[in-house]
Amino acid sequence: MSAFVGTARLVRLAIRRDRIQLPLWIIGTLLFVPTVIASLRDRFPTEADRIEVLRAAVESPALLVMRTVPTGTSEGAMAMFQMLGYLPVVTGLMSTLAVVRHTRQNEETGRAEMLGATVVGRYAELTAALIVAAGANVVLGGLFGLALLGYGLPAAGSFAAGAGIAAAGVAFAGIAAVAAQITQSARAANGIAAAVVGVAFLVRGFGDALGQVQPNGYVMRSAWPAWLSPIGWVTEIRPYAGDRWWVLLLPLACFAASVAVAFALTVRRDVGMGMIADRRGPAQASPALLSPLGLAWRLQRGTLLGWGVAMAAFGVAVGSLATSVPGALGENEGGAETITKLAGGSSADLTDAFFAAMITFYGAMAAAYVVQALMRPRIEEAGGAGEAVLATGTGRLTWLVSHLAVSVAGAALLLLVSGLATGIVAGLDGGEAAGRVGQLTGAALMQLPAALVLVGFTVVAFGLLPRLTIGLAWAAYTICLIVGQLGELLGLPQWARDISPFTHVPAVPAATATAAPLIALSAVAVALGAAGLALFRRRDLAL
Amino acid sequence: MTSAISVSGLVKTFGRTRALDGLDLSVDTGEVHGFLGPNGAGKSTTIRVLLGLLRADAGDVSLLGGHPWRDAVRLHRRLAYVPGDVNLWPNLTGGEAIDLFGALRGGLDKRRRAELVERFQLDPSKKARTYSKGNRQKVAVVAAFASDVELYVLDEPTSGLDPLMEAVFQECVREVKQEGRTVLLSSHIFSEVEALCDRVSIIRQGRTVESGTLAQLRHLTRTSISVETTHPISGLDEQAGVHDAAVDGTHAKFDVDSHQLDQALRYLTRFEVRALTSAPPSLEELFMRHYGDELRENGVKAGAGVR
Repeated sequence: MSAFVGTARLVRLAIRRDRIQLPLWIIGTLLFVPTVIASLRDRFPTEADRIEVLRAAVESPALLVMRTVPTGTSEGAMAMFQMLGYLPVVTGLMSTLAVVRHTRQNEETGRAEMLGATVVGRYAELTAALIVAAGANVVLGGLFGLALLGYGLPAAGSFAAGAGIAAAGVAFAGIAAVAAQITQSARAANGIAAAVVGVAFLVRGFGDALGQVQPNGYVMRSAWPAWLSPIGWVTEIRPYAGDRWWVLLLPLACFAASVAVAFALTVRRDVGMGMIADRRGPAQASPALLSPLGLAWRLQRGTLLGWGVAMAAFGVAVGSLATSVPGALGENEGGAETITKLAGGSSADLTDAFFAAMITFYGAMAAAYVVQALMRPRIEEAGGAGEAVLATGTGRLTWLVSHLAVSVAGAALLLLVSGLATGIVAGLDGGEAAGRVGQLTGAALMQLPAALVLVGFTVVAFGLLPRLTIGLAWAAYTICLIVGQLGELLGLPQWARDISPFTHVPAVPAATATAAPLIALSAVAVALGAAGLALFRRRDLAL
Repeated sequence: MTSAISVSGLVKTFGRTRALDGLDLSVDTGEVHGFLGPNGAGKSTTIRVLLGLLRADAGDVSLLGGHPWRDAVRLHRRLAYVPGDVNLWPNLTGGEAIDLFGALRGGLDKRRRAELVERFQLDPSKKARTYSKGNRQKVAVVAAFASDVELYVLDEPTSGLDPLMEAVFQECVREVKQEGRTVLLSSHIFSEVEALCDRVSIIRQGRTVESGTLAQLRHLTRTSISVETTHPISGLDEQAGVHDAAVDGTHAKFDVDSHQLDQALRYLTRFEVRALTSAPPSLEELFMRHYGDELRENGVKAGAGVR
């Protein structure tokens, strides 16, 4: 057992390093419970109300993708319908980030080498990372169960739900352990693991969207693809509607299998190396690289490609779901209302409302990309080659504007790709290709000015409080997403929803396009961006 | 002789920490200037102010006749910088990074680049993430010396290089000096500074405590003498400027303040000198003298480990 020597110490070290981060993840996840239950009791107090809304929901593929399939009409089952589709995404990301942080990131920074030279066994580091990640999930799952219990829901279902989201997190921890063995950089490992979580979410969404409505007309069973996804398994436990505990064996088996693979890989590779060896590259730079813009493009293009593939796939999915929308929602007021609420406007045409709703999410995704891309200048400044580059003939403005140009052009490209994909697929299905392509591509691109406001905010943060840039930018993004994209659905007052730039984008194609708000948003974005650039020019580098 | 760098009364604070506290520095055009000080003395902060990466709170700073903050970009085209901690882009190769730095500085001598890559035995086709600290430093050093610039600002450029590469580095510095270019060399390696530098500045806690040519600085310190005489030596420790005298009959070892050297030697001749060796003070001793009290506070005997 000498391969495990030192595990306990490393666990304590990891807990100490994560003493703020993991509790925040756990508390943040738990906050969903009071929010969801309170709005549930407020809006659907009786079983009759719930049956009515579920009858509508099962007819709306878009809603099933964002939530999950309804399994029953009790308060508990209704809460699960609201939460189980995406909470495993949260536990999944918490787990994968934690595992990579305590394995591959340690190796990349050389910390693992120092630790490895002390009395620490070969398996200790990975074991410690998995123990910490699994422990966080167990704590989260237990507290989640207690929170539901605290609202007077049945104990068995409450803890089945807690166990479900925890088990999904544990399964993703195992997958992250494998990813951390394969790649050489923590970034790549995080990327692979997050992509697996994202694919699991989409596969679950497809399985649910294609699900079978039961004879009673408001309970639904997922189609087989949902069984391929660790996130789909959580719904299949059916908390408060049968509590099928045996389904928990699936995520646990997935964890066991991937951990076995990860340990097998650990002994076959050297510290610091990946299974995918780094290839040699060119000994001389190509002329395209030799400018601040060329460098920014080179540093950003990988991220952009990943987002491009994801958004094109999402666009195709949305486009293909569209044909089922009008027939399904025609005679159904509740579902239609949800869709039009998501779209943030009113429209006679439900298909248009559906597209408008989905396109606000394209906007959210493009904004997420652009915020992520704008972290690059900060990363370069803090621990990268930013200092050396700014000591060359490259001015500060040139440097930052190059990164801005690549990020903003990337966001525009992503919106273009997703709009085109949706339009082409929807047009082929609906037989009005040319019109749809133009309409939806235009609608998607109209999201750009709103995303640009977040760009402006990020640049101001970078210019004013460089050390807090990353946290501030993501906090602003999250707030905009909650009050903007989800504001109407959550029943937030108009003034709160107006905080988000996305609220002000015309809900095309459900509403008619107007130029004024787009121009106003662009003006705000440009003003913020200019202020941020001016601030950056005047400040010390924060190394 | 014109001045490439001239700094006087430079102050830079970070919150409540006073990193630079009235620092002075003067580097003449065409000289190799050593910049010494312990960790945290403010060497890198000074260099970053010179590069316009940090803004001075007070004091006058002039670099190549311009203002380092206002004229940053224009001045940067005329200098090359090697940071103390070389960070590269993990997914770019060393060769790509060299070309990129060269291009951003405004051009690179292709022939010189090839020659330097050869001399530093750098593999330019490896991704930067696989480089050791020394190899990352070689990338920055090659990129700097392959650029046709007037001033080289080098912040501890050899801390990760092996002795063979250190020798190659010293050759490179001599070459650019011969071409009339200026070098500011921050360093911890005394032998390197003694071998290369025309003048040195020693800084401590954000202030310049000593500045001048090695010869001038030697004047301020002590020479170690070992002497053998025909007649027994007496009264040596009463002579002005003589320290730590160990007299054993006709044999004596002692340190003497450099400006009292002549007087001490005259005194010795009355005992008929038969053999005498003298060791000039090393830069290391100079340095230790300035930081001696700090070391004493930390329980290290002054002069211990110097000789």
